[in-house]
Amino acid sequence: MNLHAIRAIYFFEMERTWRTLLQSIVSPVISTSLYFIVFGAAIGSRMTAIDGIAYGAFIVPGLIMLSLLTQSLSNASFGIFFPKFSGTIYEILSAPVSYVEIVVGYVGAAASKSILLGLIILATARLFVAFEIAHPLWMLAFLVLTAVAFSLFGFIIGIWADGFEKLQLVPMMIITPLTFLGGSFYSIDMLPPFWRTVTLANPVVYLVSGFRWSFYESSDVSVAISLGMTAAFLIACLTMVWWIFKTGYKLRA
Amino acid sequence: MQPIISVSGLTKTYASGFEALKTINLEIRPGEIFALLGPNGAGKTTLINIICGIVNPSSGVIRADGCDIVKDYRAARAKIGLVPQELSTNAFETVFAAVSFSRGLFGRPANPAYVEKVLRDLSLWDKKDSMIMTLSGGMKRRVMIAKALSHEPKILFLDEPTAGVDVELRRDMWEMVRSLRATGVTIILTTHYIEEAEEMADRIGVINKGEIILVEDKAALMNKLGKKQLILHLLDRLDAIPDELAGYRLELSGNGSELVYTYDAKGEGTGIAPLMRRLSDLKIDFQDLQTSQSSLEEIFVSLVRASP
Repeated sequence: MNLHAIRAIYFFEMERTWRTLLQSIVSPVISTSLYFIVFGAAIGSRMTAIDGIAYGAFIVPGLIMLSLLTQSLSNASFGIFFPKFSGTIYEILSAPVSYVEIVVGYVGAAASKSILLGLIILATARLFVAFEIAHPLWMLAFLVLTAVAFSLFGFIIGIWADGFEKLQLVPMMIITPLTFLGGSFYSIDMLPPFWRTVTLANPVVYLVSGFRWSFYESSDVSVAISLGMTAAFLIACLTMVWWIFKTGYKLRA
Repeated sequence: MQPIISVSGLTKTYASGFEALKTINLEIRPGEIFALLGPNGAGKTTLINIICGIVNPSSGVIRADGCDIVKDYRAARAKIGLVPQELSTNAFETVFAAVSFSRGLFGRPANPAYVEKVLRDLSLWDKKDSMIMTLSGGMKRRVMIAKALSHEPKILFLDEPTAGVDVELRRDMWEMVRSLRATGVTIILTTHYIEEAEEMADRIGVINKGEIILVEDKAALMNKLGKKQLILHLLDRLDAIPDELAGYRLELSGNGSELVYTYDAKGEGTGIAPLMRRLSDLKIDFQDLQTSQSSLEEIFVSLVRASP
């Protein structure tokens, strides 16, 4: 195992975060805080509780998940896309590193940034909304699992994309709508039966539901199913990454 | 002596069907400077990229210092440094961070003292805290060399190291390559410049259309290539070369307005002075003169075209 290489890639990527602190951390924290202020503190106080949870507190897990998904995707996709774009990927490909080490370095850094961001947003939310975390360890487990799974997904997008437009396509056109329609702002029990069934096809529902359970012991779907779906997505992404490196898809001619 | 790089039966056909390399066999000796010449699209970069692990070979075996580049890729790649043709750098990184990153990537523990030495050797130390994007093209090229040397490789590939750089920097590069060779590093470079190969290489290989068509010691090759031409622009046209000049390798061109003398620049005497005196005796006057020498690449491409 080339630990020096993993360390080099990991800290190189983390360094990019500190260099772009405003964009990487401050901006998502501020924009998510606006949700807490508007939907939590302002409108939330006039809305009825959902499953006995005040609306302001109800949306906290969903909003953290929203940031976690988008940041995991963008961090990981940009991390591997930029060396391809700038041509510096030659150095990664010619280095004595295995595929696993490359993935651990890039995905590890992207997931770390997202988890850090998730925890900062969690702390920030506490300034505006009162809430408790019933299962802190499960909350962390969901946070880490989701960050890693979506960082892997972002890594795949970064390799697939051959331009900035494609890089933004999946996060903007697929992930953000899925997150908004995945129960971040409402319980899917509030939907008519037909739309409830349709919503169950949205994988983000399971992430938000499981994450919310770790806070309030209340969920739209069973926690076991949430965990299973997250793990299945993780395995699917790992399989895809394995295939990419095995075939050299868009990396090695 | 065991070669430091041995390429045996290497072929590369891209997914598009383009056959970039056709059964390449090549051995590079330890400690030598080997210049690989060839026209654009000849397969130079493909060959280098395969040896360095950037492109997958279709078939064949390559060993770097005895290590198979596929089966024992970690050991093989750790011995190789690559400076690609394109100036691909992490624009927002500082010079020191970029070179340290490369060292770590190639499995070496952090060693600020060694990185400092490399940067000082390349006259980059006073730029160590500068972002790479602020450097000139020549400085960026040096940074790329520093990155390639950061893990103390035994083999260094320089793909067109002096393409687009000014004369002064080119001289500096040559000096740097010589000093690297003095430390025992084997250097393989691709170039279009005959003077570059002549200045630095111990041996020269020529590749064309995916095939190595020649590998020779520089001295032997230069003897073959030491042919120059003197072109005299005559005041009065000639219908034929006078019999008195039959002993010289002369040709008429430009409808008799140019007299072309081919001579051996490396020989004991070029024969130019006697020719001039003879022309003067024959009252053949000229208004201008020039000399020309074909580039190494041109000569070998013409050789390839001439071959079946």
